[in-house]
Amino acid sequence: MGEVSAGEPERREARDEAGERELGEARDEAGEPVIATRALTKRYRGGQLAVDGLDLTVPAGSVFGFLGPNGSGKTTTIRMLMGLIEPTSGTARVLGQPMPRATRAVLPHVGALIEGPALYGFLSGRDNLIRYDSADPSADPRTRRARVAAALDRVGLTAAAGKKAKAYSLGMKQRLGLAAALLQPRRLLVLDEPTNGLDPQGMREIRSLVRELASDGTTVFLSSHLLDEIEQVCTHAAVMAQGRLITQGPVGELSAGARGRLVVTTPDPAEAARVLKEQGVGDVVVADDRVTGEPPDRDLAEVNAALVTAGVRVRGFTVQRASLEDAFVALTGEGFDVAG
Amino acid sequence: MSRAEPSAPQGRGELRDRPQTARARRTTFRATLLRNELLTTFRRWRTVALLAVLAAVPVLVGIAVKIETGDGSSADGGGGGPAFISQITNNGLFLVFTALAATLPFFLPMAVGVVAGDAIAGEANSGTLRYLLVAPAGRSRLLITKYATVVIFCLAATLVVAVSALTVGALLFPLGDLTTISGTQISFAEGLGRALLIALAVAASLIGVAALGLFVSTLTGSGIAAMATTVGLLITVQILDQIPQLHVLQPYFFSHYWLSFADLMREPVYWDDLAKNLGLQALYAAVFGSAAWARFTAKDITA
Ligand SMILES: Nc1ncnc2c1ncn2[C@@H]1O[C@H](COP(=O)(O)OP(=O)(O)OP(=O)(O)O)[C@@H](O)[C@H]1O
Ligand SMILES: [Mg+2]
Repeated sequence: MGEVSAGEPERREARDEAGERELGEARDEAGEPVIATRALTKRYRGGQLAVDGLDLTVPAGSVFGFLGPNGSGKTTTIRMLMGLIEPTSGTARVLGQPMPRATRAVLPHVGALIEGPALYGFLSGRDNLIRYDSADPSADPRTRRARVAAALDRVGLTAAAGKKAKAYSLGMKQRLGLAAALLQPRRLLVLDEPTNGLDPQGMREIRSLVRELASDGTTVFLSSHLLDEIEQVCTHAAVMAQGRLITQGPVGELSAGARGRLVVTTPDPAEAARVLKEQGVGDVVVADDRVTGEPPDRDLAEVNAALVTAGVRVRGFTVQRASLEDAFVALTGEGFDVAG
Repeated sequence: MSRAEPSAPQGRGELRDRPQTARARRTTFRATLLRNELLTTFRRWRTVALLAVLAAVPVLVGIAVKIETGDGSSADGGGGGPAFISQITNNGLFLVFTALAATLPFFLPMAVGVVAGDAIAGEANSGTLRYLLVAPAGRSRLLITKYATVVIFCLAATLVVAVSALTVGALLFPLGDLTTISGTQISFAEGLGRALLIALAVAASLIGVAALGLFVSTLTGSGIAAMATTVGLLITVQILDQIPQLHVLQPYFFSHYWLSFADLMREPVYWDDLAKNLGLQALYAAVFGSAAWARFTAKDITA
């Protein structure tokens, strides 16, 4: 990877030697989080409070899912982490360095896809990548062509590399944006809804790409609404709603928080519902031949025995594990409307 | 550039395992953005179209003069028209001066205004600005690169007009020794030298508009709005420069000394207004360059 030495004085990118030493230390100290924010707040100029007192911790080596309904402040958070906008208050550290002050030292180690790809329509896919690579002062021009070719290959765009970007489909643009994030080996990859516009095959490729990168030690910070996507690849997740962080932690713990549901399949649903209520099952719902409810604290074998004793013919008796979606809905509410 | 240098020997990891050539390489790496920016700018269809329009002006003027004088009558009868136009029939080199005088008030600065206005705002508009910044291009570095590109465009646009005029002039009219405004004779070779100097003076006259356009470009997220504003300002200033009541302000209008380039055709050359023009352009570059920097380095990039 390239060097990080800075050049002309920059207001945003002003950086001192102490800062540079810190970057080295952060690398050595495995325990330091890759992203850490303290009371991070952003109020846009229009007065909109988009992010409100965010304390986010992304452990090194994790695949971190960043969840939240539309308008909950995910992109705003990412913009602050990337030094594109100044926080109203609070601090953000990326790779152990303060942002936006240390953009120049930090960002060469970060690949990002923010709010979808943005391309020069009049340039070919390859020339787009060459342009973005030239913008990085730490990127070696001698290896540029090879790195661009490798990135194109990685996202499956080699065949379309010579085509003008304006002739790309949405999914191809998304892939090219992803390729730009992969021009160099990165320590952190920030992907804001990376599977937007991709076909199922493309989504699977992204998932396997994310896993592959993660196994190489890259920390991946992934924002998405697609919960099963998060559930499939992420080790950790955080949930935002209306600018606030609702919860964060390992994915297993999050979905464990929402309890599973007991599902009984039977041709005698009415009788089954009565017995289940007797046995202490809460929130019993009957739908055709399925009776569901919140499992009681007692041994479920006894519940099943009680059903059989009461003459209920049981076809199926299972506890459905709560999905991340259940957890998400439980945390952010069912309402579809975007908070203003 | 040297602030981080002393710490290089104690560095660890792959961040700086190539300390010896670091300085040399850093300079090359720096320049790659400018090279790419120039390539990107001059490969755009829009830039090519602007240059094509500029190249067409001398062709039209040359043909018009040729037709007008085709019946043997001399062109200087009518009077008026751009400077030097009456001399073209005697010497094709004068088409260079005429073409520059004809394009400097509007076509050239408009082309510069379009390129400068679009420099930052166009990138913001298409969203590519955020990716350049997370690359990380560095805000100051990007702004300096953009300004350098616009200034190079000023030179390129002026040279396109001059070269096109010289070609057309050589094809349609005789070439030879020429008479200066002061009435003295100079050789064709010296005349060519003067033409080059004039082209440089014209290109330098555009530096102020370039800085103004770049500043406007940092104010908005719409390339079209920035281009329109810059061209609008250009027209406004030209009109205000004609209103006698504003004579106190006029020396500060970026276009006020533009026609001073004709003084290079005097013998001896009259430098006063040329120097004032250069000073004024430098002032505009300093003022609006700083304003653009202050704005751009503190701006929230949300597009
Ligand atoms: N440039 C801006 N100026 C003013 N307000 C903004 C701006 N960008 C976003 N907002 C507001 O900030 C809030 C958070 O927006 P943000 O884009 O961060 O949401 P998000 O979580 O990324 O949503 P989505 O899932 O739809 O991408 C919203 O209420 C939005 O209206
Ligand atoms: Mg978003």
